[in-house]
Formats: sequence, C-alpha cells, structure tokens
Amino acid sequence: MKELVVISGKGGTGKTSVTASLAVMAGNAVVADCDVDAADLHLLLSPSVMEKHVFRSGHEAVIRTDDCTGCGTCRYNCRFDAVKPADHSIGNPVYTIDPIACEGCGVCVHFCPVNAIDFPEQICGDWMISQTRCGPMVHARLGIAAENSGKLVSLVRQEARRVAKENGHNTIIVDGPPGIGCPVIASLTGSTHALVITEPTVSGEHDLKRVLKLTRHFNIPTFVCVNKWDLNVSMTQNIESLAQRSGAKIAGRIRYDTNMTQAQIQGLAIVETKSPAADDIRSIEAFLTTGKE
Amino acid sequence: MKIAVASGKGGTGKTTIAVNLAAAFDQAVQLLDCDVEEPNVHLFLKRDNIAERIVTMPIPEVDETRCTGCGECGCFCEFNAIVSVGSKPLVFPEMCHGCGGCQKICPEQALRETPVRIGTTKTSTSRHITLTEGNLDVGLAMAPPVIKAVKAQVQNELPAILDAPPGTSCPVIAAIRDVDYVIMVTEPTPFGLHDLALAVDMVNTLGIPFGVVVNRAGSGDHRVHEFCHNRNISLILEIPDDRRIAEAYSRGELIVDALPEYKPLFARLKTGINTLVHGVHR
Amino acid sequence: MKIAFTTSGDNLTAALDSRFGRASKFLIYDLEQNTHMVIDNNQNRNAAQGAGIQSAETVARFGVDALVTGHCGPKAFRTLKAAGIKIYNSSAGTISDALEMYRSGKLTEANSADVDSHWT
Repeated sequence: MKELVVISGKGGTGKTSVTASLAVMAGNAVVADCDVDAADLHLLLSPSVMEKHVFRSGHEAVIRTDDCTGCGTCRYNCRFDAVKPADHSIGNPVYTIDPIACEGCGVCVHFCPVNAIDFPEQICGDWMISQTRCGPMVHARLGIAAENSGKLVSLVRQEARRVAKENGHNTIIVDGPPGIGCPVIASLTGSTHALVITEPTVSGEHDLKRVLKLTRHFNIPTFVCVNKWDLNVSMTQNIESLAQRSGAKIAGRIRYDTNMTQAQIQGLAIVETKSPAADDIRSIEAFLTTGKE
Repeated sequence: MKIAVASGKGGTGKTTIAVNLAAAFDQAVQLLDCDVEEPNVHLFLKRDNIAERIVTMPIPEVDETRCTGCGECGCFCEFNAIVSVGSKPLVFPEMCHGCGGCQKICPEQALRETPVRIGTTKTSTSRHITLTEGNLDVGLAMAPPVIKAVKAQVQNELPAILDAPPGTSCPVIAAIRDVDYVIMVTEPTPFGLHDLALAVDMVNTLGIPFGVVVNRAGSGDHRVHEFCHNRNISLILEIPDDRRIAEAYSRGELIVDALPEYKPLFARLKTGINTLVHGVHR
Repeated sequence: MKIAFTTSGDNLTAALDSRFGRASKFLIYDLEQNTHMVIDNNQNRNAAQGAGIQSAETVARFGVDALVTGHCGPKAFRTLKAAGIKIYNSSAGTISDALEMYRSGKLTEANSADVDSHWT
C-alpha cells in the first residue's frame, strides 16, 4: 500500500490545493484530511458524509461546586493554571476549572481532600467517512481548544487504511497539518512517502529545513516541490539544492498562478481547470508515480 | 497592552502583520514569536545582542535505592509517561506533560523531577523592537511549555505584539490566552473564510476582543466581508493582493521598508488598535 | 511457559496482527498445558498515546514469558524488556503457523525495536 503524506512546515503554501489535485488525478485513492485543526480539503472535494463518529480522548477535571470546601489544594497543585481563583468576597468560596487550560492530568482529582472533583472522558471532536468524486475520504473536526490532535490524526489515518484495505484501494493520499509538532509526527510515521510543498521565501526555506529534519528523523523518502517558484528564482534554487543536500528529491515546480485562488473559489481542484499551474501539478504527479520527469 | 496576531489558516500573513506592526511603533515595543514550531519573525529583523535560554520541562527520575516497585506512579499517570513493570518504573520523557503527579503520589519519595531540555528562547534587539522567539526542538511534541517560556519574558510596562501559531488547538490557546486584543488575519478565499470562522469561535470562547485583517484583498470572493458584516465583526484593515508584497516577503524584507507607500496602512493599524484596546474594558 | 500473540481473532487459526500496541486482542498460549486464552486490548488500542507501553503492561500482567508479533516500537520494546519478556518478530500468516515456528526454533529473538514510535 502506498501512503503519500503532503506536508509543508509553513502554512498556506498550497498544500491542500496540491493534495486535492493529486486525489483527483489518482481517481480512486482513499483521501485522508489530517489537518484536523483547520481542515479545508472538504471545501474542494465536497464530500457527502456517510458515517460520523464522536471523538473522545483523555479526561477533564470538573469540580462539583456543592461539595467544594474552598480549601484551594487543587489550585496549589495545578501546574497548568487551570484552577480559577475563588471569589473570597462571597460567603462560601468555591473553585472552578477552566476547561480550556485543563491538561487532564488528574492531579487535582486525586489530591482533593473531599473528593469533590469528577474526571469524565472528554469529547474532543468528530470524525467522518465520506464519499467524494474521487473516492472515499476520511476527515475530522477537532473541537475548539481541544487537545490530542495527534491522536485524532492517528485515528483518521487508521480508518483510511481500513477503508483502503476493505475496498481494495492501493493508494492513500494524506493532507497533513502545518508545523513540526505532535499532529505532524502522527501523520508522518509509517507513511511510505512525504511530499513537502514549500514556497521560495525566507520563511519557506527556514521551515523546510525543520520539516526535512523531521522526515529524515523518521526515515521517510521525501519529495520537495516549490510552489510560486517564479516569485523568487534564486530562493527557489537555494531551496532545491538545500532539499537535495538533505536527501530529498525535487518533484517539480509550480508557478505563481492566480488561477489557484480562482479554482478554490469555485470549489475545484486546480487540475480540474485549464491553467498553467495545473500543467505543473500534472508533471509533478507523473514524476511521483514514475520517478521520471 | 498585549496584542496577539492569529489566524485559523496558516500562511495568511500573520508574521508579516506582526513584524510590520511592530516596526510601525514609534516607541519601544516587544515582539514575541509564539509560533515555536516554525518561528519566522527573526527572518525579517536584523538581530543584535542575542541571548539564548534553554527551556526545560520537569521530568521524573527514579531513585532506585528508595523505589519499592509498588507501581502507584504508573497507575496514576494519565499519559503513560511512567510505567511500572517488573521491578522498577520506566520513564518516557517524550510522553510526560510535567504535571508532577507521580512525584506527589509516590509513597517512598523515590521520584525526583529533573529538568529536561525541550527547546530554547532567544531574546534580541532590532531598532526599537525587543524580540523574544521560542524554538521547539525538532522531533518533540510539547509546544505549550515553550510558548509559556516566551511569554514569561514579557515586561508589562511595554506594549507587546505576539505572533501566534496557526490553528485553534492547544498551542494557540497557550499563546493568546491572556492578551488584550486579537488581530485575526485571513484572506478572501473559501479556505480563509472557513478557518476564520473556526478562529472566531475560539476567541469568542476565550472572551477576548478581536478584529479582522483581510490580506491579499481583491480576489473577487466577498464571503469574508459578508461574514464579518453579518457577525458584527470589525474589519480593521485590508491589504491588497500585490505581487510586490509577496516578492519583498520572499526576500525577508519588511513591507514598510520595501514599499513605503504601505507605511501609513500599518501606522493606522497601530493607532486603531490602541484606541480599540483602551476603549475596551476587560 | 506462556506466549502472547497479537491478533484480531479468537483461536489459533486466526491471523497474526502485525501491530503490537494497537492490536485488538492477545491470544496467550500455555506451552505446558496446550491451552489458550484470549484477552481484549481495546482499551489500549484507543489510548491517547503510549498504546505500546500499555499493551506491554497488559501482557506482563498475565505473566507472559514471550511475545510473538509483527512489529514492535521502541517504547513497547523497552517496557517488555523491563518486564523480562522476550520478543519475536514474525510475518507468519496465522497464530498456529507462528506457534509452530516458535516450537521448531525458527524464530529469533529481537534485540531492538523494528519500527518507529508515535501513534501508528
């Protein structure tokens, strides 16, 4: 099974637009949107949701105000400033937990002298299996300020693999999250290839270095593609030689093309429109599948 | 006064706005790069007097002479960072959230916390700007403690501008949690709108006042404007889609330096925010 | 002596699951009695993180001496070693094939993790 993960380090480099195009060209791959924090792929692939599931993860501390004696042990013990100060101007001060700051470690729960803190499982979002014009899609929505996006990413990938296996698809295309932190690591590990979409800017170059360190760390064969390459030709050359030096292959270049935005506005993958950037992406896809330009 | 520059979607121009806004100040200002997974602010400033500090997290260490292998620590840990099999507990630092629970629970006082490096902060100066940037070590997942370390260096008497990480999850919250105002940067595209809506829900949940900056305006898609209008969200600035801005950015130049005609735009943004922040009582 | 096999089935003809941490069940075979029991690993499979660590704890709790699975990550490896459990990687199709290979000494003990860590 081939599992290609499209990542970028820096956000907004055109990762999702390229992923959608690769999905359309593959025709019958399973698509997984692992950018669960700000999932956008559905805006281009207009999936119809077949199954929807709740995503639960970790626990959350909740103080029962009726039982709280206001002793402040929880506030003293919490390392995450998640216990809001009690209002001592009123008769019987009680503490409350800020659910957004709560890390779910359980320290307050365990050390509350009157056992006034509950520790229920937390609902962190939901995940879906859908049908699109280019095959099945697994995607998710993380709740606001929810934790464990890494786990949700793993879940989305696991489901994508299951769907692929059960229905005889041999390719999974993953839209990865930006950055290099926990959700990125979760979308990279165990994949067969990574495609990094970057841009010829100082930020693009800087972030690419960090992302390539990560793909090397996890030993994943990596391709690099500079989007909007003609914005800064010498930077594009720098980036490409930097990528090659760290063992990545250059998959091709995509030129600066405002059709990219226009395709997005129409809810289409750029390869579904006639445009120069679409031609560029087609040759990148050819390189990825055959290894030849 | 603390102002965060945030956006749901990455690559909308957060860093551009943060740096140029800081440059538009005519007094000393602090700039905090809280995008610790990909800190980019420094690429746009010539830094002097760089001082680096190591950011650590407290990780438990087992004193084998005291440990009886009772397993209390492993049962307690919600994150599987300490586990007791066989005779002595094993610690997995990369899983640890640093809550301190295992140490508190150990009946033999056999656990001690030792600091383990997770990243760095660098403080430097550039013109009237004091920059503090966080840097999460590659391969690690724990951004929030590095963000907290960056914010711990704020001097309250000076205005501070924070470049937040993209998205709506834990690192963003850690960055914007206690600021006075959030500038939300977006672009007039379906992705921009979708991610703006998520980010608006997030700041509303936190109860922080905010306004929207539309970057790369002029795509012909008016849905971001309609969204702001319908929700009564103040649109504080529009920056046109100008290829010269993209080119200056690609070279690591400030817009206010490379394209002086945009200088008044950022000066206005600065004045506008000043009024908004001081007009808002929290 | 007891051996644990990763699986999603209930008997010896079931397939060997290539994953350890996120395997749905363990079949524990007793070599002296020639009997087996199946235990659920669902709790661990859905763990936020560190499923390998938790799974290792689970098999250790059942007093297993050896584990036969497809792949084993570094955290699970460390935990299993600490519990004194021997690890054998096998690509055998079914549990009975893997058991046969174990009995005839065709499996060699792993001396390191063979896959990367992190939630896969």
